[in-house]
Parts: sequence; C-alpha cells; structure tokens
Amino acid sequence: MRRFILFPLLAFAALAAFLGASLGRAQSTELPSPLIGKPAPAFTLTQLDGPPAPFGPRDFSGRVWILNAWASWCAPCREELPVLAELSREAGVPVVGLNYKDKPDAARRMLVKVNPYERTVLDSDGRVGLDYGVYGLPETFIVDARGIVRYKHTGPLSREQAREKLLPVLRQLAGK
Amino acid sequence: MIPELGHFALLLALLLAAVQATLPLAGTWRGPARWMALARPTALLQAAFVGLAFAALLWSFAQADFTVAYVTRNANTQLPLAFRLAAAWGGHEGSLLLWALILAGWSGAVALCSRTLPADTVARVLGVMGWISVGFLAFLIFTSNPFERQLPGAPDGNDLNPLLQDAGMIFHPPLLYMGYVGFAVAFAFAVAALIEGRLDHTWIRWMRPWTLVAWAFLTLGILLGSFWAYYELGWGGWWFWDAVENASFMPWLVGTALLHSLAVAENRDAFKRWTLLLAILAFALSLLGTFLVRSGVLSSVHAFASDPQRGLAILALLAVLIGGALTLYAWRAPGLESGSRFGWRSREAALLLNNLLLCVAAGSILLGTLYPLALETLGAGRISVGPPYFESVFVPLMVPLLALLGLGPWLHWKHVRGAELWRRVRWVAAGSVVFAGAVALTWQTSAGTALGLLLAAWIGAATVAQHLGQWRPGQPGATQRWRTFTGAHWGMVTAHLGMAVFVAGATLVSGSGATEDVSLRVGDSATLRDHVFTLRRVEDARGPNYIAARAVFDVAEGEGAPTLQLQPERRFYTVQQMPMTEAAIDRGFTRDLYVSLGERLPDGRWVVRLQLKPFMGWVWSGALLIALGGFAAALDRRYRRLKLPQAFPLPLGEGQGEGPPTASPLPHRPLTPTLSPAGRGSSLP
Repeated sequence: MRRFILFPLLAFAALAAFLGASLGRAQSTELPSPLIGKPAPAFTLTQLDGPPAPFGPRDFSGRVWILNAWASWCAPCREELPVLAELSREAGVPVVGLNYKDKPDAARRMLVKVNPYERTVLDSDGRVGLDYGVYGLPETFIVDARGIVRYKHTGPLSREQAREKLLPVLRQLAGK
Repeated sequence: MIPELGHFALLLALLLAAVQATLPLAGTWRGPARWMALARPTALLQAAFVGLAFAALLWSFAQADFTVAYVTRNANTQLPLAFRLAAAWGGHEGSLLLWALILAGWSGAVALCSRTLPADTVARVLGVMGWISVGFLAFLIFTSNPFERQLPGAPDGNDLNPLLQDAGMIFHPPLLYMGYVGFAVAFAFAVAALIEGRLDHTWIRWMRPWTLVAWAFLTLGILLGSFWAYYELGWGGWWFWDAVENASFMPWLVGTALLHSLAVAENRDAFKRWTLLLAILAFALSLLGTFLVRSGVLSSVHAFASDPQRGLAILALLAVLIGGALTLYAWRAPGLESGSRFGWRSREAALLLNNLLLCVAAGSILLGTLYPLALETLGAGRISVGPPYFESVFVPLMVPLLALLGLGPWLHWKHVRGAELWRRVRWVAAGSVVFAGAVALTWQTSAGTALGLLLAAWIGAATVAQHLGQWRPGQPGATQRWRTFTGAHWGMVTAHLGMAVFVAGATLVSGSGATEDVSLRVGDSATLRDHVFTLRRVEDARGPNYIAARAVFDVAEGEGAPTLQLQPERRFYTVQQMPMTEAAIDRGFTRDLYVSLGERLPDGRWVVRLQLKPFMGWVWSGALLIALGGFAAALDRRYRRLKLPQAFPLPLGEGQGEGPPTASPLPHRPLTPTLSPAGRGSSLP
C-alpha cells in the first residue's frame, strides 16, 4: 500500500493542472476558433420549408451573414431565438440556421413562435457541424462578404452579448 | 442600509472564520492550550453572522430593492413573494452565500454536538472547517458580492429564470448543498485525524452520523433535481447525464462508498486509511462539482450562472484545500496502522468490492464529464460524450454491485463458509429468478429489463429474508430481538429496500414506456396504449408573470367514459420573453400519464406529446426510501450516547445498539457492538 500513497495527490495535481489549462481556454473561447480568418467550409444542404433547391454558403457570397448551429433538443437554443431575431433585424443581416442532428418535424415545431432564420438547412447527420467544429449547441458564426469566418460565439447569446460583441462586428463588416 | 448590514456581517464572519482557522489549531500545536477553546464560540458566532447576512439578502428580495444589482438581475415585482425569496439563491452570488451559510450551519452544529469529544479534537476539526469557511467567504466577498449596489436603482428587475420558478427549485439547491457541504464535516474529521496522526475507532464512530446525514440530504437533493427536470423541463426524461447532474452524482457515489467503508472501519477496525481517503475524495468531488458548475468550463443544459473569472478562484481554493489534504495524507497516512486482516471470503471483502465498484463508477463518470475538455485542451479535436457512453459504462458496473447488495448483509465478518451461505440464500435466489422470469415472460420484456427486474427482486427478497432470519418472528424471544434492532439496521433495511424499488422503477420506465408525438385540433383524439386523449378546448390563462394557453384533455381508458382531465399549459413569461411548457401529469402507482403542450401550428393544430411512463413513481419513492434509510441510520441511539474513553485507550462499547447475531456466533467479536453494516445501496442511472 505504501507505494500507492502518493497516487491520489499526483492524480489530483494532474487534474488541477488540466482544469487550470481548460479554464484559460474557456476564458478565450470567444475568439479563437481555428476557422476565424479562413473561408467558411462549403456545404450543400437541403432546406427546411424553404425553396426546394439546396443551400450553400456560396448562395450568400457578397453578403454578410450569420450561421447559427441549433437543434430542437437544445434548451439554450430556444432561449436564444428571440435574441437572434432581434440581432438580425437590427443589423440587417440574414441568419442561416444549421439544424444540427435533428428531426425536421421537431425543428419546424420549435420555430413556430419565433423564427429568426432566413434559411434553415438540415444537417441531420452532423457532418457540416463537424466541419465547423461544432461541439456544443448553440454556436454562432459571422461570415463576411468574401465568405471568410470573422467571428465565433459559443453558447447561447444573451441580449447584452449580441449588442456588445456581435453587433459591432456586423456593423464594421457592413461598413466596409 | 440593510444590504450594507449584510455586507458588514459577511466581513465579520470572514474575520471570525480566520480566527477559527488559526488560533485553535495553533493551540493544539504549540500555543497556549486555552486558544483551543476559541473554536466553538468562533464557529457559532460565524454561523450567526453568515445567517444575518443571508437574512439581509432575503430582506432585500422581499423588499424588491432594485438598487442591489443581484436583486435586479434575479427578481421582478411581479414575481410572487415565495419565488422572490427563493430567487435569493437563483444566481451565482446567492448560491455561494447559501453555500457559506450551510457550511457555517454545519460548523455550528459540530460546535454544539461535540461536547463529548476532547478539546483538542474539536479544535482541530473546527479549525479545518474554518479554513474552508475562510476560502468560501473570501471568494464570496472579493469576487461575488451579492450586496453590491447599483445607483441609481433599476425601476424593475429582470425576473428569475422561469425554469427556476417552481416549488421543486426552491428546495433543490438547499438540500443539495446540505449534502455537498455536509461532506465537509467528514473531510474535516479526516484531516484532523491526519494532523493528529491517530485514528481510533471512536473517531470513526463519530464521523458516521455526520456522513449519513450529509449523504441522505445529498440523496434528497439529487432526487428533487431529477424530479424537477422530469416535470418542469417538459421532456419527460428524468436523468440526462448532464454535467451538472454528474457533478452531484459523483460525490454521492463516493459518499456511498464512504458510508460502507465507515461500517467496516467501525466494526472491524480495517480500511482506516482508505476511509480517510474516501472522506477527502467525497468532499473533493463536491468542490469539483461546484467548480464545474460555477466556472463555465463545461457548457451544460442548465448552467444558470457561470463565469470563467470566478472559476480560477474556485480552482485555487480546490487546489489549496484538496491538494493540502492529499499532501497531508501522503505524509501522514503511512504512519497510521492499517488495521486487522481479513480473508477474501468475508463481509469485509464484499464491502471492499462495493467500494471499488462505486469508485470506479464515479471515476468513469468523471472521465466522461471531463473527456471532451481534455481532448480539446490537447488539441485533439472535439467530441461529445453523451448518455450512450454513460449507460454502457455505468450499467455493467452496477449489475455486480446490485447483485452483491442483496448478498452483503448475509455475509459474516472475517470469514464466510460458502456452503452454509448457499444453503441460506438459495431459496431467495431461486424465488427471485422465478418471479422475475414470470414477470418478464408475461410482459414480454427485453433481456435487459428482465435482468433489472431480477436484480430488484433479488435485492428486495434478500433484504427482507435476511431481516426476518434475524428476527425469527413466532419463535420465543421475538419481541426482545425486535427491540434489539438498531437504527443502523433499520436504516440499512430501508435503504436497501429503497434500492430494490428504485431499480424496479428505473428498469421499467426506461424499458417499456411509450411516447407519441401528435398534432391535434380541438375535438381530435389520440390513443396511447389504451388511453384515449381528447383535446376538448384550449383556453387563455394568466399567471402573475406569464400568459399561457391551457389545453384541456379528457382521458379515457379504452372505450369507457373519460375518467380524468389533464390540463397542460404553454406559458410565455413576459419579462424574460421566454416560452415554457408546463406539463400535466397524472401520477399513479403503476404508471404516470404525461402530457405536454407544444407550439400551435399555422393551420390551428396543436403539437402535443403524450407519454406513458410505467412505474415512474417507484423511481421517486425508491430514492426517498434510500434517503430515509440514511436518516434512520444516523439516528441510531449509540451515536447519541457516544462518549470518548477517558482513561482507556481502547473504546468500550456500551452494549447499546447490539444487533442480533447474523448467524452462528462468531469466534471473533470486538469489544464494541457488532451490527449489520449500516450500508446503503447504489444506483442505476
């Protein structure tokens, strides 16, 4: 037994170091996504209740737009909907909903009351989500007119965050 | 004025905690011995001042004082008074203050109930608790002051998150914290024993009721949280393996292991170092849970209040308290004698296996909770770990544990004769197999459900049979034997039976429920397993801070006339602009009917989810019985008569609480009473 007596302490030290490291990361998740500054990964996906043609980022080239990954099984996504709608209206920028690993019926039901999305595309197997590095819903990306990802927000958007963080970015991009 | 008083009370409490953390400990070491006497008064005064601060916060909420920033963020004038008071712990600052209050309360309780302990022991235990208090109060005051003013005040507040506006949510955090923080007492005892470098078995006996009470509260807290998720989130699920749920479940598992190892340590003088380690780990996991929930490193379905800046402060606290305790452990534990030996076929070994299974289960949950974070920190990509992982890891660990749970109380300490054991349990085992097989065949269940039923039947039958075997009703002396059953014994029987009920409920509800998503016009009907649901009308309803659509369903069984009316609501909370589903549930002994109202479709139909949850009530009543068992065992008389030996180094039993012999008299019997292990069960997801 004596040989193992240090084990709990060492295991705890490793855990604490790791938590410290992830804490540093958590503080900085607001900006660094490997995607920032890179072209938005291309996709062609079926749309929910939209035009029958599939949609891809190319359809919006020349416009600033927001990509929001969501699902009906994600409670914070629900809370975020009114905020997104407001943001889209205020900035005059379309929001594309990436419906991640969801069922169309469930998705449709959730959007009956508030629907901030100009287009909703169905990423039923989550493959596009993978390209965008989605690991927890909701996640929000801002894509500029040249199709470059300029900003990423992880987690539900609060009104303050939308106003103080995303809106300035959108205004700046629109001004160019 | 009142908020400032609260703030001031907190500062005084911090100073008192600092005195409590230093002088008594110094007194036990080199300083004047009378410094030790400071432990009790400072702990009690600290409790009084934290209580005053909490009262001040409640007052600010009751008065709807919107010059206090925290009140503005979490309450609203339209919010009913009960919820406005409960909103005091609806956000980060208030939750922490509640944490500190409960910690101060436990310290005060230790100060009051420790008259029979030697002064230096009390000084050490309260000193260690003082360190925890200093950490939390400093954290509260310097990073999360709930009394911060904002001038000019807001005209009205933001309202409480509608999900939290519920009676279950009023009581869930306090109960959960009672459990989390209660483990601080066991932790303080363990650390005090390590400082002293001595651990005799009276100490362990002293730790037991505290651990039991904390554990029982934690059980209730988890139960209430799960119950709330079941009826309030509107999905009909009751356990999601969400990071926050895992954070409360891990200390529960380790706490369960601790209870069982305390039983061995008390009765057989074994497992001593291991018990100390478990006591440290149980509290470490409670703190880790607080860290995970409060720091925002994990995004969770219900992370209501999180902030990465504060995470660092909690991490530092965790590092100092737990790192310190484990360093002390590594340094001092080798000096503690390891206790008596036992064979591999004995109750000790069975409880060791129980401990191992519980700890491995807690470890795998920890791994699953932190794994996505770890991968990401290493830059190895992103994954999400969900219920499939937890179920496939947790259930196989629980199956042997549950099988062992039925068997455990039959085992003798020190050595078990296999043939005799088999002769005693074979009819119970055969009966459970026949019963579970018959039920499984009648209901055409899956193999997994059949296994769950078999385990539940085995635990229930084995527990009852073992109890009857000790009591031997109808034979001479049954009345006397009945009287000799201890609280610990009743606690064990109750909790183990609760486990049987819980396992049966959890198995059936996850194995054979039914769900139907339909969209209905007024007048339409939908059928779910013989129950016909007819949507009679949808009316407008109005609450204090929400507007709602209320659907009225008539429910009939088969062709018969409606026997029941269910009224689910779809609410819209006006201040937070948040829609919410308020499910209608008809609870029954064998099934719950669960109706939640969804959106209204453009063509006027309503989206409705109908669910039939078989034996759902058994899950709750099982968990309730488990918690009751914990309280019953804590009330055992021998803990109240506990006296420390003055002259003898060996603790002497008072003959109280002697359980009837479990079998033929054992050759070895310690001087202290032998009793059935006051063991608890474990849990299925």
